[in-house]
Order: sequence, then structure tokens, then C-alpha cells
Amino acid sequence: MKRSGALLLLPLAVLLSGCDFVVLSPAGDVAAQQRDLLVVSTLLMLLIIVPVMALTVFFAWRYRQSSTTATYTPDWDHSTKLELVIWAAPLLIIICLGALTWLGTHLLDPYRRIDRIEAGQPVTQNHKPLRVEVVALDWKWLFIYPDYGIASVNELAAPVNQPIDFRITSSTVMNSFYIPALAGQIYAMPGMETKLHAVINRPGTYTGFSANYSGAGFSGMRFAFHGLSDQAFADWVAQTKSAEATLNRETYLALERPSENEPVRHYASVDLDLYGAILNLCVEPGKMCMNEMMSIDAKGGLGLAGVRNTLPLQYDKLARRGAVFGNDPSYVASICTAEEAAAASRAARDADDRGWPLRDLSSLRGVGLLAPGAGSRRADAETRSLGLLRFEL
Amino acid sequence: MPETLTKFIFGRLTLESLPLHEPIVVGTFVVVALGGLALLGAVTYFKLWGYLWREWFTSVDHKKIGIMYMVLGLVMLLRGFSDAIMMRLQQAIAFNGSEGYLNAHHYDQIFTAHGVIMIFFVAMPFVTGLMNFVVPLQIGARDVSFPFLNNFSFWMTVGGAILVMASLFVGEFARTGWLAYPPLSGINYSPDVGVDYYIWALQVAGVGTTLSGINLICTIIKMRAPGMTMMRMPVFTWTSLCTNVLIVASFPVLTAVLTLLALDRYVGTNFFTNDFGGNPMMYVNLIWIWGHPEVYILILPLFGVFSEVTSTFSGKRLFGYTSMVYATVVITILSYLVWLHHFFTMGSGASVNSFFGITTMIISIPTGAKIFNWLFTMYRGRIRFELPMMWTVAFMLTFVVGGMTGVLLAVPPADFVLHNSLFLIAHFHNVIIGGVLFGLFAAIAYWWPKAFGFKLDPFWGKVSFWCWVLGFWFAFMPLYILGLMGVTRRMRVFDDPSLQIWFVIAAFGAVLIAGGIAAFLVQIFVSIRKRAELVDVTGDPWDGRTLEWSTSSPPPAYNFAFTPVIRDNDAWFDMKRAGYRRPLTGFKPIHMPKNTGTGVILAAFSVALGFGLIWYMWWLAALSFVCLIATAIGHTFNYHRDFDIPAAEVTQTEEARTTLLAAQEARA
Repeated sequence: MKRSGALLLLPLAVLLSGCDFVVLSPAGDVAAQQRDLLVVSTLLMLLIIVPVMALTVFFAWRYRQSSTTATYTPDWDHSTKLELVIWAAPLLIIICLGALTWLGTHLLDPYRRIDRIEAGQPVTQNHKPLRVEVVALDWKWLFIYPDYGIASVNELAAPVNQPIDFRITSSTVMNSFYIPALAGQIYAMPGMETKLHAVINRPGTYTGFSANYSGAGFSGMRFAFHGLSDQAFADWVAQTKSAEATLNRETYLALERPSENEPVRHYASVDLDLYGAILNLCVEPGKMCMNEMMSIDAKGGLGLAGVRNTLPLQYDKLARRGAVFGNDPSYVASICTAEEAAAASRAARDADDRGWPLRDLSSLRGVGLLAPGAGSRRADAETRSLGLLRFEL
Repeated sequence: MPETLTKFIFGRLTLESLPLHEPIVVGTFVVVALGGLALLGAVTYFKLWGYLWREWFTSVDHKKIGIMYMVLGLVMLLRGFSDAIMMRLQQAIAFNGSEGYLNAHHYDQIFTAHGVIMIFFVAMPFVTGLMNFVVPLQIGARDVSFPFLNNFSFWMTVGGAILVMASLFVGEFARTGWLAYPPLSGINYSPDVGVDYYIWALQVAGVGTTLSGINLICTIIKMRAPGMTMMRMPVFTWTSLCTNVLIVASFPVLTAVLTLLALDRYVGTNFFTNDFGGNPMMYVNLIWIWGHPEVYILILPLFGVFSEVTSTFSGKRLFGYTSMVYATVVITILSYLVWLHHFFTMGSGASVNSFFGITTMIISIPTGAKIFNWLFTMYRGRIRFELPMMWTVAFMLTFVVGGMTGVLLAVPPADFVLHNSLFLIAHFHNVIIGGVLFGLFAAIAYWWPKAFGFKLDPFWGKVSFWCWVLGFWFAFMPLYILGLMGVTRRMRVFDDPSLQIWFVIAAFGAVLIAGGIAAFLVQIFVSIRKRAELVDVTGDPWDGRTLEWSTSSPPPAYNFAFTPVIRDNDAWFDMKRAGYRRPLTGFKPIHMPKNTGTGVILAAFSVALGFGLIWYMWWLAALSFVCLIATAIGHTFNYHRDFDIPAAEVTQTEEARTTLLAAQEARA
């Protein structure tokens, strides 16, 4: 019987061995730490799940009606000791898991700059992060490399062991930017910017896709992510620079129109203000950028005059259409030129870039508590923060 | 006819709106139409219209309304499951360049409809129907607090279901996913009628759900038999109370958020648009503030069912009644503090994410305590493995796995890699099928004899049980595996051939589940055929412990000739032990509510209103709205709402039962 059971499991084992469990064996350090947390949490919970399942089966068998030897106590319905155990056991597991969650969530916050390339290799001054601006379009991905002035569609490349700083937005609807081998996902949402910090440790070609349904062409919204050696990445950049196409506002507006299963495209040069304009929903000339609108509103707004500051919309992505009882489709007209708006958005971004300190995570362990034999409080906080990293979940 | 007139009458409904170009939909329509015609023909042939109208459609009897809810849930289960098996088939074949057999336009509607139907029109009617049927019987009441409102609530739920079904053949359903996130569901990206069908179907059904929640809360608070203090209420009644509190506190949020979306779509407001200061994330927050309590609305009553079943079939008092009650209340409160865990990946800060992750984990503590309580109810019991108990054990073994993966998804960094993946799909089917559906089957097997006076056939019940349990594991374990391989949900085609085998296994599981559903239908059919053999005269076939087993099966219209007096939380068990004798004389007239057709009429106008709004037939919308209000006001002038069942009739009913019981005793 035992042998036949093992034989039954054999096909399953064969099936499983043929699979690529990318979530469980990723190639990027962030995803690997997320995987570790996944595994540790599962093991922690199995501590209680397995006994419960075993007890269920055992009690169901032991106290079946036909069993004559089992004790029967029809009126026994309370035991304070047992109740304590019942509530305390899950509570203890959740306390452990909760602590793990608090630490892990802060350490692996996608907005936080990574501070290690992999276990035992902290990020130093020599690691200059690669900046990538990601735009989810209907239904393809646009990647802009502001450091190189190039862009690509449905293909992403990055050198191995170098931090990557993604800034992510979307042109129309919500998507989710996800490369399982690299790091966990984060949503791409129109008019909003999300961030992701990650690093790829092993060269190779991985799959990226949208993990949030976004309409008819969603299934084809896939791209290749190349983890490349420094030399290969330089070659890739050079190759992209030799492409014919360039990306500016006009070509972007053509690219932005819905299309499915787009091939890979390269752009030799890119308008560096484009991403800011996409994010602020003002690629169309004459449209007021959101950041401009917000700064006007912060200063008290345009008053009643502002209500009339709209122009009829010529094109709103899928079809020119407004609500049945609403106004005709319109947009808020810009009161400064595209260049002025772009400059403002660039300044804001640069200020933001400068303001990215390595966040001190010592508070996670309680800054008030000095470690035994520690020196000054500040130095202590740093060592503890490093200690945390060594803890590695 | 001039074009403007056509447009005035039909709004945006044209011949092109009918999906004649989709052969699959046309085929379905032919089958449904033929089946529908056969049903209508049969009802007409057997002259059942009058009977159905008088005894069922207009009935305000909570038992009949409960049964009608269950029928609605069952019919919609067939529709929702058809969608499921179509998806499984598409995903099993759309490999190696194959587009499968469904285009994006059709496939995207199917997964949206599957989610909407299974939650709103299968699980909700099943749960509401169950509470409707059982709660008044368990607390020794003769009906709910507001019997007409109950009938109206039911028909509004049916109205919503009719709109969803209509979308299959007239126009289209939403292509947005079951929660219709804007901006995708906004007018810019979904200009067609699909999202409007979604909005108005849920709004119409939502009225019914909210009112039924209010009704049951009042019933439980105000109509308990003397002596039944809160801490003597059966656990099912407790979980029902908590569920209805959740309904009343959360459905208005859904109504509000859908109203805001409708305003965006109809009058050009900008609550959730990209431009003009709209904020789509507000929609996501609001809909999950409803959406998370919703999952507890579904599961809590079934926790109650498992408590009743475990205690009855173990022949033991429920272990830890008090902690069970407190666990339920804690879950009720905490379910409002966890909604953000549905979108950890939308860029909230680490502290916010950890907060919601940890509150989510805390819910697993009372849930774990419940599992232990059932476990220790079985401990030192005499467990009879009848169908309800089999479902309960299957639930305990299945649900803990789903609970574990749920807690896993509550760890934000783990959620970052599993969010929206098939792992998530496997998780929530694990808890909804393994918890809600298994519980419903346990409940149906358990209370069926109470509703109809005969048990369900155990053989076909076991066939259904094994098909469902095995089918579930075959259908969803591959999805856990695929999720770990980074496969995301709602995909229509795949490019990695190594994934295919898992989808094929999952499709096989779905076929097994189809067998389970078929066996369940056969079970009902066979049981009705063999009802003489399976009959239960006593009204207490399982040696029950709560009040519903003290009356006859099926119970008389008035439920209890005399309102029972309660001394213990297993009221009926306590009465049996104290040597309770049925009173045989001294019956008095019983005051009861009268049937009314107003609920059906109001719901019909609501459907017309919804249909008018969906298709921009403004005259129809305006007309049906005026009629709706007029009928509602008109109904307030109906003063003939109640009547007395004469003492003689009560005596006759009770004497008939005495005779039956005596005959039974003589046989034994």
C-alpha cells in the first residue's frame, strides 16, 4: 500500500520538477528576501495547521459512533485551561508573525532604496542606481532611461548587481508592474507615481507583465527583462542608441493609442520631460499639468474664472465620449507653456531625487533601547540597523 | 419611423446590441429559451400559476421566502458555474499560439460575470435564504419582524439577478473584473452598457440585501422566545446577527460608491476619473470597505452551521459556547479594519501596510479558536457521520489550508509577489468553496428534512460530496502551484507551454465539480421520488438540540402553536431531557401577516427602471420610477395586512400531527 502511494506521487513529483517556480527561486535579491519571508511564514503557520489537521482526523476516527471504547461525555462543554490554550496558541504564532511582518514590510518597502546588493554585500557609493521610468500603456510597456536618454517598448534591460530605481505610472487605466524574478509588483496608476527599488543578481532573460487586468489586450502585455553584465548592458544601450526612432510628444501620442501584442521597439533619443508630462496627464499640448493645477489650487485656485478655463477635448484615448448628461468632453487649459511646465516638473523631480536618504530603520527595534555594551546612541542605531540586515528574515 | 423617435423609444438599444455575432452566446440563448419555454409551458399545463402566485410569490412566510432564496441561489449557481467551466476550458487550451475558443470581448465578460454572480447571486441568496428559514424557528418566533419587507427584499434580489441574466442576451456585461475598478469602469474606457448593467443590477439587489439585514437584526433582537437571553441564543442565530450587522453597516457603502460611479458615468462628475481631480483610489478604498466585511457576511453564518452540526452529530453540547460567541463578535468588528490588505501593492507606506497586515492576522486568532472549539466538541463525542457531518469534517480540513494561505497573503512582502496571482484565486476559492459552499451543503442536508418533511437521499449526497471535495482539490491546488510560478489572474492566452498541464488538471477538477453539482440535483430529484421512504414524522430526525426541531416538519405556517419558554442554550435538548410533552389542548387563534403581491410589483418596476437607465430609455426610467414611488405609497394605504388563524384550524393542524406521531410510535 505504501509503495503504491509513493508510485501515485511519482507523476506529481515529475510534474513539479519540470516547473519553473520563479517566485520560489528568483534571480533578484529583493524577490529572494520576499521569498524567504513567504517560506518562514508558511513554516510558522504549519506549526499550528498540521496539528489541527491531524487532530481533526484523529478525533473524527476515534470518536466515531461505532467506536465502543471511546469515552463519551455529552455534557462536557467547558475547560478554562483548554480555552486558554485555544486562544493562546494562535496568539503566540500571530505575535511572531506580526513582528516578522512589521520588520519585513519596512525592510522590503518598495519605496525604500535598497541597501544591499545581496546578502553580505551592502550598497556603496560606487553603486550608481540605474533610473528607469516605466509607463503602462494600452497594452504595452514603455521604459525610459533618463540617464541614457533612450527608451524602449516591451523590453527592459539592466546591468546585474546594480540598484535599479523604478518610477512607475500609467497612461489610462490601472496596471501592475511585475517581474517575478526581480522583485514584487507595484501598481501602475494614471496620474500617480509609484516606486520600486530592486536589483537583479543573475544574468538572464526573465518575464515581466502586468498583474492587474486592464482591458482587452491585457494578456499580451508582456515584456522581456534582460539582466545583463556591465559590458552587455553597454552594448544594449549602444544598440538602442543606434535605432532610428525617437520619442517625443508627437510620437508618444501615436504610441499611446491602444494596440495589442506590440513588438519590441527602441528609441535612440527621448524627450526627457516626457515622463513628467505623462505623469501629470499633460502630454497633449495646451493641457494643464496636474502639478501645475495643484500648485495653483494650493495658492487658492483660479476662482470662478477657473471653471471656464477648459477647452474641448479632441481625443480621449478609446473614443471621444462623455457622460450622457455631462458636459462635452473637455480638459483644463494650461496657462503656461509646455516648456515651462516641463521645467517645473523637472525641478520637482530633481529635488525629490536629492531627498532620498537611506532611511534609518533602527526605530523598528525601538530606538530607546540600547544594545548591551553599545557606544554612542547614533553609532548604536547604525549597527543595529546593519544587524537587522544581517538578520535577513 | 424617424430616427429620433426610434432613439427616443429604444435609447441606445439597437439590433446590433444583440450578440448575434457570438455563436456561443446564441447557442446558450437557444438552450435557455427552450428550457425557459418548457418550464413556462409546464407551469401553464399543470395550471400552477395561481398556486405559485398565491402560495409562493406573494407569500410573506419566512420559510417559503427562505426556500425561494435557495432556489434562486441554485439557479444562479448553474449560471456562475457555466462561466467557471468556460474559463477553465479556455485557459486549458489557449497555448502554443492558440487563441482558445473565446475572444477577449467574451472572455472578459465571463470572468466578470462569474465573480459577480457567485458572490451576489449565489452565495448571498443562499446565505440569506438559510438565515431567513432557520433564524425565526431557532428563536421560537412565528415570522420575521417585517414580513412584507422580507418578501420585497427577496424580489429585489431576484430583480438584480434578472438584470445580470438579461445582459447575457441583450447587450453585454461589464469587462472590468468583478469589482469594476475605475478608470477602466469609467465612461472613457467602458463606454458600453456592460458597466451600467453591473451598477444597476447591484443597486437593485443591494436594496434587497440591506433591507433583509435590517429585518433579521430586528427579528433577532426583538422576537426571541421568553427566556432566550442573548447568551442562550443558538450559535447560528448569533452568527446571523453578526452577519446582518455587517450587512447593514457595509452595504450602504457599496450603494454609495456605485452611485458615485454612476454619477461619473451619467452626469459627468469626476469622482473617480483621471482628469479634473478625480481619484480612482478612493473607489478602491470604498469598495473594499464594503468588500472585506462582505466575505465575513458570507462565512459567518456558515460558521454557525458548522457549530450546530458538530454539536448535534457529536451528541454533545458545543464546546466553549461563550468563546465562540466572543470570537464571532471580534471577527465582526475586526473585519472593518483590514480592507487595505486587498491593495498593499498600490503604494501605501510600510507602516500602513504592516498595520493592515497585522490586523488581518489578528482575525485568524478568533477563527482559530473556533476551529479548536469544533475540534473539542468532537472530542469525547459520539460522532454520527451523516452528510452534514461529512461536509463539516471536509470543511475543517480544507478551510485551514485556505486560512493559512490567507494569512500568508496578509504579509505585505509576500503579497507583493502573490497579489493578483492564481495563488490568490486558489486562496479565496479555498475559503469560499471550502467554507461557504461546504457549509451550505451541510446546512441543506441538515435542514432539508425540517423544510420538507423527508431526508435527502444519502447515496447521491455522498456522490456529490466526493465529487465536490476531490474536484475542489484538483481544480485549485494547480492554481496554488501556478501562482508560485508567477502566473497572474484573468489571462486569456499563455505563451509558456510548460504551464498547460496544470490548467488541464484544473479543468479536470472543474469537471469533477460539475459532477458534484449534477449529483446534487439528482439527489434532490431522487429524494423527492423516494420521499415516502425518507419521511421523517417526528420533526426531529437528527436528535437535534435547538428549537426548530421541536416543531413539525415542515413546520405549520405559525411555526409554534405555543411560544416555547427557554431555560438553556440547547433549548430543545433541555426540553426533551426534562420530559417535555406537547400541549394537546387549549389552542388560541394565532395572529399572522397576510400575503401581498406588492413586493413583486415593486421589484418589477425596479428592473424596468434599471433597464431604462442602462439603455438610456429615459421615458421608461421616468415612468417606472413614478410607478415605483406610487406603488410604494399606495401600499401604505393597505390596511388589510393581517389575519387570525382560527383556534379550530390550529387545533386541527396540531391534532393531525398528534395522530401522525401516535402512528409512528405504534409502528416503533
